[in-house]
Amino acid sequence: MSFHTRNTIYFYLHGKRIALRDVSPSLTVLNYLRDELHRTGTKEGCAEGDCGACTVVVADLNQQGCIQYRAINACIHFVPLLDGKILFTVESLKTNHGLHPIQQAMLDCHASQCGFCTPGFVMSLFGLYKTADKPTHEQLCHALSGNLCRCTGYRPIIDAGQRMYDYAQALAPEQQSALTHPYSAQETPSAWLSQLHELAAHTESLVIHHQQQAFLAPRSISELSHYLLAYPNAYLLAGGTDIGLWVTKRQQHLNTIIYLGQVAELDQISQTDEYLEIAAAVNLERAYQALVQHFPELQDLHWRFASLPIRNAGTLVGNIANGSPIGDSMPALIVLGARVLLRRGNTQRELALEDFYLAYQQKDLQPSEFVQAVRIPLRTSTQILRVWKISKRFEQDISAVCAAFCMEYQEGKIHTIRIAFGGMAATPKRATHTEQALLQQNWSLATLEKAQAALAQDFKPLSDMRASADYRLHVAQQLLHKFYLQTSGSSFVSELGDLHD
Amino acid sequence: MTEDHWIVGKSLAQDSAHLHVTGEARYIDDIPVVQGTLYAALGLSEHAHAYLRHIDLSEVSRAEGVFAVVTAADIPSENHLGGALKDEPILAVEKVEYIGQPIFAVAASSVEAARRAVRLAKIDYEILPHNLDIRRAVAAEQFVLPTKRLQRGHAQQAIQEAPHQLSGQFSLGGQEHFYLEGQIAFALPKEDGDFHIHSSTQHPHHVQEIIASMLGRELKDIEIECRRMGGGFGGKESQASLFACIATLLAYKTQRAVKYRVDRDDDILISGKRHCYDIRWQVGFDEHGSILGVVLDYASRCGISADLSGPVNDRTMFHADNAYYLDQVDIISYRCKTNSQSNTAFRGFGGPQGMMAIEYIVEEIARYLKKDALSVRRINFYGQDERNLTPYGMRVEDNIIPELTDTLVQSSSYLERRQLIEAFNQTNPYLKKGIALTPVKFGISFTATHLNQAGALIHIYNDGTVQLNHGGTEMGQGLLTKVAQVVAETLQINPSHIRCTASTTEKVPNASATAASSGSDINGMAAQQAAEVLRARLIEFLAKHFEVSPEQIQFKTGQVFISDKKTLSFAEVAHLAWFNRVSLSATGFYKTPKIHYDPKTMSGRPFFYFAYGAAVAEVLVDVLTGEYKVTQVDILHDVGDSLNPALDIGQIEGGFVQGMGWLTTEELWWNQAGKLMTHAPSTYKIPSIGDLPRKFNVRLVDKKPNREATIYRSKAVGEPPLMLAMSVFFALKHAIESIADYQISSQLNAPATPESILTAIQTLRSFQSTTAA
Repeated sequence: MSFHTRNTIYFYLHGKRIALRDVSPSLTVLNYLRDELHRTGTKEGCAEGDCGACTVVVADLNQQGCIQYRAINACIHFVPLLDGKILFTVESLKTNHGLHPIQQAMLDCHASQCGFCTPGFVMSLFGLYKTADKPTHEQLCHALSGNLCRCTGYRPIIDAGQRMYDYAQALAPEQQSALTHPYSAQETPSAWLSQLHELAAHTESLVIHHQQQAFLAPRSISELSHYLLAYPNAYLLAGGTDIGLWVTKRQQHLNTIIYLGQVAELDQISQTDEYLEIAAAVNLERAYQALVQHFPELQDLHWRFASLPIRNAGTLVGNIANGSPIGDSMPALIVLGARVLLRRGNTQRELALEDFYLAYQQKDLQPSEFVQAVRIPLRTSTQILRVWKISKRFEQDISAVCAAFCMEYQEGKIHTIRIAFGGMAATPKRATHTEQALLQQNWSLATLEKAQAALAQDFKPLSDMRASADYRLHVAQQLLHKFYLQTSGSSFVSELGDLHD
Repeated sequence: MTEDHWIVGKSLAQDSAHLHVTGEARYIDDIPVVQGTLYAALGLSEHAHAYLRHIDLSEVSRAEGVFAVVTAADIPSENHLGGALKDEPILAVEKVEYIGQPIFAVAASSVEAARRAVRLAKIDYEILPHNLDIRRAVAAEQFVLPTKRLQRGHAQQAIQEAPHQLSGQFSLGGQEHFYLEGQIAFALPKEDGDFHIHSSTQHPHHVQEIIASMLGRELKDIEIECRRMGGGFGGKESQASLFACIATLLAYKTQRAVKYRVDRDDDILISGKRHCYDIRWQVGFDEHGSILGVVLDYASRCGISADLSGPVNDRTMFHADNAYYLDQVDIISYRCKTNSQSNTAFRGFGGPQGMMAIEYIVEEIARYLKKDALSVRRINFYGQDERNLTPYGMRVEDNIIPELTDTLVQSSSYLERRQLIEAFNQTNPYLKKGIALTPVKFGISFTATHLNQAGALIHIYNDGTVQLNHGGTEMGQGLLTKVAQVVAETLQINPSHIRCTASTTEKVPNASATAASSGSDINGMAAQQAAEVLRARLIEFLAKHFEVSPEQIQFKTGQVFISDKKTLSFAEVAHLAWFNRVSLSATGFYKTPKIHYDPKTMSGRPFFYFAYGAAVAEVLVDVLTGEYKVTQVDILHDVGDSLNPALDIGQIEGGFVQGMGWLTTEELWWNQAGKLMTHAPSTYKIPSIGDLPRKFNVRLVDKKPNREATIYRSKAVGEPPLMLAMSVFFALKHAIESIADYQISSQLNAPATPESILTAIQTLRSFQSTTAA
């Protein structure tokens, strides 16, 4: 089999088309900007995507052909992933006419102190500025959930986020185009659109060989399958929100990387009469938006899942395929009866998600096989669903415990029940004894107590820096109690969010 | 404002704000490197306590890109960090005492090559038993410094004779600084064996001293420069020196420029933090809650060496009273040696831990007497003319805490809200609200008297522009802006004509650390003095030149008026003075008056004055999971006559949120082997944007100039607001105790993570059921 390939990465930066050849495919965007281009406005705070000092914005075309702007963490984003996109950094915003409205608002609100996190905040705000008109306090918090500031306490940054729109409106129309859009009047969304169209003309697959490293970006599922068969030891890369850390934190050398992000077929969310299908390259933000449409109970989990820049890069299938015992998506997907679609060459098979996890970091996945998509059965009218994540901090934290419950009643009894937990065992796992204790029972306090006792049979959690074993088990039992309260007709409010506006 | 000022007291933007927002502000990692620059990494101990039997670095040396590998043996002179005690090596010798202790360093052609190479070391350890437990260290008398005791009267006897007694114990976690810019240094060899080092440090002079002693050179040979830090918070006061030493040692060895940007995980593993404490207390009090006697036993985890633990723990003792008069008091302070990072300065410098104890006690008394803790607080506040002597013998002359509290109680509707909250808690068994008001009284000055000095250097160029330099460093607090405002006011020039230059040991010698909240107090005064010298010099010259009396010359709002016949711009004056051979450069110097302190007896007047504040916090707790939200915070804080209200409010809000992090989400967790496992932002959780209270009202106390003659009667603001966050902790405790209808107190330890809260709830419930049975 042969494919049309090229060895040059093309993207736009500052109105200029950049053609890159002979770079390490695991070079991060941050190091590229700072070390090669000497654009040092973008900072390294942690090199693991947790502080946001390195936030930049990438633009590409969505399926409707419109420009989408996404804030991402440059510190764990590999340079070849810029292919076909426009990159905006903090240096992109200032014009000859002065500061961008975001920058002016930040300045006037005294929103910087030490200033080190500031470029990252500016860029997260730029991502928001380009996608929302008049954001609410919540939207601002979600957009800035991946940016840490140790100095200001955030209040003036939120003020700036609210004020930035006023600056743009206050300007005369001829200034507006210059100021609200980077660089100059020529650099408008329509100019960017033509840049993106120009880049889209490079339909060949990007294949880079650099010293001992190879980077392959197939354009179709069959090409992807072909590469995976040819390189069974290759690293399969989607958003890189985990693999990026292998490079920055473990100094791991990645020999062969196969990148999913340019397979258009894998960037699809589709729906049949039976299930919602989310393919492997769909980022977490889009995936959760779709999930929440079908299952509004997942709204809190959506907002608490990492941060917006991580959700903009990472994928739902990546979360699943990574298979961490503390991955946030799996408990909910397991109780919803999700199945994974696996593919090796031309062979496909389907597996219940819970059966995919065999043991700690072990999955039912053959060499050269990959997770093509996840299929979530459409909700039934009788389904009662609850999902909770427990962590030290609300935003951008990893679960101590993540719990999901899905239940159906019939004639006053618990007809079906599926319960799954993350953070309680070596894999995301169903609470089978607990389910048994509940099945076909009346939903009463006595049943609850039996089920709580059964939880101790299901799980022997560990103590670590996130929580002690005792707390994990105890809070899991308490979440079962909360599930009982919210599904058995209790009139008491038991959610912080219901009282805290 | 006692008088109207032109520039001082205005909310000017920070001088670098326009550079921050565009990414043009240059931090050390942004300085263009010189040809041949190498990059450093450290090899760290993997055991908490062990002899180093054999260190094999042959593979490290052979690794790709490696230019030099150094161990303790390569240090030409002194191998020690720290101040007076010299009890911590730069690189370990024979023995390691914590996981993360530096053993060797590498210089390589890239950051990645250096980091890859250090992983190749083969070190043979002989493992020894280790200890991280504070009370075990006390029992074994494992101390980094001698135990200190501060007594007045007969506390034990007063407690026994009091109508009521209580005692207890609680623990307070430490805190990682998490400055967004990690530790970094860039060392450049100069001629004749000298070095120029860019160091992200709050104390260039200290770095200069340590490097000079390491190389066996003199202070004149070493220049340390710092334009700005990306945050410091105390973490770059003493501890920046290690990283500057490593860069310089490798530069010395290779005779090339060496940059050491520390990986975030390494930074957290290596560097010291806020001290965690175990606190035991006894108190005797009367039926109104008036404290009659108190015994406080503070034991802190200092880590492997003294570092700044002496003054940190002293400040704990000095703030054991917070805003309360303690007549009969006995305070003991143990400075424990443990197999962990050497703990260091952190905003508040031991004061927060000191205050937490007495606030905890006040809450316990209130619960015992079934009173609102506010009434117990009020009855114990320092008096105006009596009951105003601190345990260390300093008279509290500027006490505004009673009226400040009254104002805040009113403006925050504390009493009404407390009633509403208690009523709400009756109605909902699963969500509980809590509220608390806590005061802060914080002493301003370095307790070591000799550090309370500052120098400044001002140049006026013959175009009328000014370069301003002083010993203070900029870490985001806005010091350079405030001092520039002072100089602009003195010379009556537009601040845009002043360039604040980098702090460097070449311009102001022997400068103290920018710490103890004293930055604008002492550097502002020194700069004002320099500016006054220059103004006087110009007036003398102008009077002679224009043949008028000096009184007829006025510098005003950017112009210079020569009697009523002539008006010159400042630029014209500068040019004229230069042309007539008048010196346009001056130094200024300041030493804080009135202070004196005897460390042997722990008595005197260690503080020039006190800064005050109070906060009301309201929280909502999910008692099933222990999760919570801070729903409202009202703060009233005293900054005297503010030099810059916007910057002061920034310090208050930022300090509060940082303090809230310390007491809530920020947990340091060591595993059984003694490794700190929360060494990255993925596991160590500082407050994020959603933790900001939705209602956050911050106000400055109105019309209260500092009664001491500080710079424009302002007050220091760096540290005091951090302790306003105690209100969050006690609001959480209040919410928890609603479960037992406020009849019994809960054992809540800090940080109040959801787990800590749920544990306190469980303990309360089991206590309740045993007493009910």
